[in-house]
Amino acid sequence: MAKLKLGSYWGAACGGCDTAILDVHEKILDLDAAADILFWPIAVDFKYKDVEAMPDGHMDVVLYHGAIRNSENEHIAHLLRKKSKVMVAFGSCAHLGGIPSLANLYDKKQIFQYVYHDSPSTVNPAGVEPQPTTKVPEGEITIPIFYDTVMPLDFVADVDYYVPGCPPTPKQIWNVVEAILTGNLPAKGSVVGASSKTQCDECHLKKNEKKITGFKRIATAQPEQETCYLEQGFLCMGPITRGGCDTRCQLSGVPCRGCYGPVDGVLDMGAKAISAIASVIEAKDEKEIEAIVAQIPDSLRTFNRFAIGASLLRRKTL
Amino acid sequence: MTFEPKIVGILCNWCSYTGADLAGTARVKYPPNVRVIRVMCSGRVDPTFVFKAFADGADGVLVAGCHPGDCHYIEGNYKALRRMKLFQKMLADYGIEPARFRLEWVSASEGERWAKIVSEMTEELRKLGPARLRQPRKNRAATSAA
Repeated sequence: MAKLKLGSYWGAACGGCDTAILDVHEKILDLDAAADILFWPIAVDFKYKDVEAMPDGHMDVVLYHGAIRNSENEHIAHLLRKKSKVMVAFGSCAHLGGIPSLANLYDKKQIFQYVYHDSPSTVNPAGVEPQPTTKVPEGEITIPIFYDTVMPLDFVADVDYYVPGCPPTPKQIWNVVEAILTGNLPAKGSVVGASSKTQCDECHLKKNEKKITGFKRIATAQPEQETCYLEQGFLCMGPITRGGCDTRCQLSGVPCRGCYGPVDGVLDMGAKAISAIASVIEAKDEKEIEAIVAQIPDSLRTFNRFAIGASLLRRKTL
Repeated sequence: MTFEPKIVGILCNWCSYTGADLAGTARVKYPPNVRVIRVMCSGRVDPTFVFKAFADGADGVLVAGCHPGDCHYIEGNYKALRRMKLFQKMLADYGIEPARFRLEWVSASEGERWAKIVSEMTEELRKLGPARLRQPRKNRAATSAA
């Protein structure tokens, strides 16, 4: 059997997904035995021109991590789509926009203003900002164009499969690799390497009837480690988040933050989280409800931490 | 041409829808800007519905249910109230003006009140202008492996 031709790329990502792939430990040798790596900027030295020189559909599988943040991310997404048979959106950023899409609450102008002028560590007396093209004695040099809105991968390219997680757990990565190697792949558009049940379904904590009389924050209070965190008033995204990560956060003593994305059929993760969590607030009086709700300092970033790029409204209004 | 706002109204079957119906049979005049969707209870209204309305081009969304204490299902409207209080915070974070979303209690006998709410909201949205929240449709209904 010919070896699998594998490519991997990072768009707007932190590199955590690449590290997670290496976290399969000694199984990386099995991966090497089964697959040739044709493109993986963080680990092997191939250039964009090597990818451009490939015939169309040359690579069997491309794992794309990271969101689409600038014109380079988008260009390479199109290029890799053309050169691959199967395109996988790998990790929360490619799947739902992830943490980079929190920038959708600002625009390019506000971000540049802070990063190049206002941030305390910046010294920029000439007020220089990066320009897409710059003239130098040798000619003109270009850098990618920065977008106002961060997008998940499937907004710019056709995606075959989604692997959720920030990052996907090594165990699930290996399950996906095995599925690819054995050709045991589900219908196009499926989420692979995760379960179809919620976190709560797989969580070890004791669950009773949920009644919330106030919200606490993990930064200022310590949850008791036997009972459901949500019942204790700690915001947990478990009720709407897809399982499959072995509830690693809850086992470590902190509530779920929702990196595996919503379960099937949810159009907007933040809206669904509000629907699930707000309805069990134990108050009937309008003022009382307002006081309890006010204990959540930032509802959008809390409930949609990993999914603003894929939410129905996608960004703050421009 | 002057701007005419599109309002999506999501009304509970037992009080508000009947109230709006009464406004019709009583021939109360009010602006035709509201498109009414009937649900069984305001407790059925998921914040997703409101986002979807905005993403599909609505300029305002009006959710109406029975007065507190009058819910046909005992406490569906309290659930709606809790959800919408939290939801309003999220809308503000998205930069959406508070006037674009309202939760109101309208009983089956309050046809006049329904007409007044719609008139008020239409007038406010005319002043605010279009919401411009429409997003291109994208099928994101990814399903998990069996």
